[in-house]
Amino acid sequence: MNTAIANRSVMAKNSVYGDAPDKAPETPHTLSVLVDNAPGVLAKIVGLFSGRGYNIESLTVAETDHDKNLSRITVISKGTPRIIDQIIHQLEKQVPVHHVTDLTLFGPHVARELALIKVNGTDDKRVEALRTAEIFRAKVVDTTLDSLTFEATGTPEKVDAFIDMMQPLGLVQISRTGIAALPRGNEAI
Amino acid sequence: MKDMKSVIEAPQDEENSQENITGAEMMIKALKDQGVDTIFGYPGGAVLPLYDALFQQNEIKHILVRHEQAALHAAEGYARSTGKVGVALVTSGPGATNAVTGLTDAMLDSIPVVCICGQVPSFLIGTDAFQEADTTGITRHCTKHNYLVKDVHKLAETTHRAFHIALTGRPGPVVIDLPKDVQFATGAYTTAEQVEYRSYRPHIEADSSAIEKAIELIAKAKRPILYTGGGIINAGPKAAELLTAFAEKTDIPVTSTLMGLGAFAANKPQWLGMLGMHGTYEANLAMHDCDVMICIGARFDDRVTGNVAGFSPNSFKIHIDIDASSINKNVEVDLGIVADATSALEKMHKAWDAHNHKISDAAMQLWWQEIEKWRKVNCLEYTNSTEVIKPQHALECLRKHLDKRDDVYITTEVGQHQMWAAQYLPFNKPNHWMTSGGLGTMGYGLPAAIGAQIAHPDGLVIDIAGEASIQMNIQELSTAAQYNLPVKVFILNNQWMGMVRQWQELLHGERYSQSYSEALPDFVKLADAYGGLGILVDKPEDLDSAITQMIASDTFTIVDVRVDPKENCFPMIPSGKNHNEMILSADAKQFDKKLV
Repeated sequence: MNTAIANRSVMAKNSVYGDAPDKAPETPHTLSVLVDNAPGVLAKIVGLFSGRGYNIESLTVAETDHDKNLSRITVISKGTPRIIDQIIHQLEKQVPVHHVTDLTLFGPHVARELALIKVNGTDDKRVEALRTAEIFRAKVVDTTLDSLTFEATGTPEKVDAFIDMMQPLGLVQISRTGIAALPRGNEAI
Repeated sequence: MKDMKSVIEAPQDEENSQENITGAEMMIKALKDQGVDTIFGYPGGAVLPLYDALFQQNEIKHILVRHEQAALHAAEGYARSTGKVGVALVTSGPGATNAVTGLTDAMLDSIPVVCICGQVPSFLIGTDAFQEADTTGITRHCTKHNYLVKDVHKLAETTHRAFHIALTGRPGPVVIDLPKDVQFATGAYTTAEQVEYRSYRPHIEADSSAIEKAIELIAKAKRPILYTGGGIINAGPKAAELLTAFAEKTDIPVTSTLMGLGAFAANKPQWLGMLGMHGTYEANLAMHDCDVMICIGARFDDRVTGNVAGFSPNSFKIHIDIDASSINKNVEVDLGIVADATSALEKMHKAWDAHNHKISDAAMQLWWQEIEKWRKVNCLEYTNSTEVIKPQHALECLRKHLDKRDDVYITTEVGQHQMWAAQYLPFNKPNHWMTSGGLGTMGYGLPAAIGAQIAHPDGLVIDIAGEASIQMNIQELSTAAQYNLPVKVFILNNQWMGMVRQWQELLHGERYSQSYSEALPDFVKLADAYGGLGILVDKPEDLDSAITQMIASDTFTIVDVRVDPKENCFPMIPSGKNHNEMILSADAKQFDKKLV
């Protein structure tokens, strides 16, 4: 705490309006937010992030319990531990929010995302793309004589790696879902 | 899909209910069930059915304001002075957008307000219809919650929810956006008891073990301080009583934020005065030098903390707040307790008594000696004059007239006069002080005074104003006239936007850009034009009689007090400075102008 204060006081000298926030290392956190499935709720959550200057690295939303009318929002945000704590409390404060879990702190969890990747090419490049897709266990979901569309699922890192590999092979378009995540084991959050 | 479903199910509900009423009638019934006796509003096309229903009943009184912003501030004044929910009613489009400033004000100061907005018929939403605005979209982040009611069967339920959410937890404004066709549609009424809350459960009870820990630390403290805020007021008069008892029992000094004034009586020996940018020297120095800080219901606002890095550097900080997101937001604390102030203070008393705690006499004696030294600086001293009226002197004169009364309600506008009022007027009871703290809304004071006067018809309600602020909602004099409200407007007229001028003088090289109040109206004639009483005072010796005349007046009254135009508000912690870097006098050399 004292070093943080010392750092901040150096910055404070530059402005009458005081210091900028602390510069503790920022880490990505995966937050799982259970909300009422109602109009305006997503806008409220997303607006909270932009309004308070938090960032969103990934966002996935869909209804998960039709009978109870609940949706799960999975959001990845980057911040210092204090900012992440703020985000969680701000989310918990919203009337339509039932529950917030920081999966990154919660413990082991699985996170998956789906991507559709279109690659244009013929001959060697096409063959190479198909071979690489096999290694990544990506499926071909559409093809023409000079294009392939792959469906890749996995961790965001795996999807990133696959996209990197496709880059020189004629990658033209990507659509990603953002991640869905749940904790490992028999626990439900 | 949801809406379709409930519409299809609706006929069954109708068979089971005793009666079907229109949405407008349902709203009025729900308001009555929520104990509403007054609403502040302004009619328009999209709320005509509601106004029609209002017309046909006598239990709820409607106060017609002259601008929707004023409806919200009046509702705030009503809420703040009663502890009840304030209610505003406005039409769609411009009605709703005019209400936004008031909603934001209530949001930042945690004032329970329910604002009912008319909306274009639901089948016209999204078509850019006449007087259509995306009210729920616009108010999403300046309300605690908002609702668009598309189904009349959910109207009563939603209204009950809105009141519950506005008043409980950390209070705040709630908007109900009500399309016109829903006001005409018929359905069955739902009572408040039938409403279930699935997700909203504010945490109220304090964690006993955390309180035990806090109490132990307080008992061992050598230089403790209580730093309290608007949360004490919002928790109700019981919290203020418990706070007073705790401070008296332990002899811990008490300071408070602007919003918390009145929770602890200013005439008690433990009172240090307000803290923060224009707080007292003793309060700020005690905050800076304390070893245990007990913050209850305050939020470490930047106007309170000054430079966060140098804020009370050596203290153990205990923060009790009903809003978990307030804890560790601006200042990292050592012990955060999420609880309602009443619950926390009750448990603090219990724990303190159970252990027979007592803070070391020797330590407290030293601590109070130090505080007395700071007090002797007499930071609120000013050089009086026999030639011109000093604004501080005007308020001290007013104070003499108010000291013995307990029916005085003070509201303010925003600026120098607001800070002077906080410094020089007596606040001895909660719910008697209404000011725009968080948002700093000029034009708040007059409508808030109207709201307070409606709630307390026999009270003495005074809006301490500046000549610039008062013009922002001056049209409300007409409201005061219509309802024979004897509100008093005490204008400290220095012919400048004083606080802007002060910053320009001290921090912007005396370049007075656009801060001169040019072309001022004759306030005496203005009061007369609206049907009230206007008094002009420009000599110190006439102040007393003017104030006597103002207090005796049974109509709304403007006192135009011509004060020293160049007087600055001190003491002052320049923005971004530490508590122990307070400036006590107008010595401009003390300002580091390079910091701008």
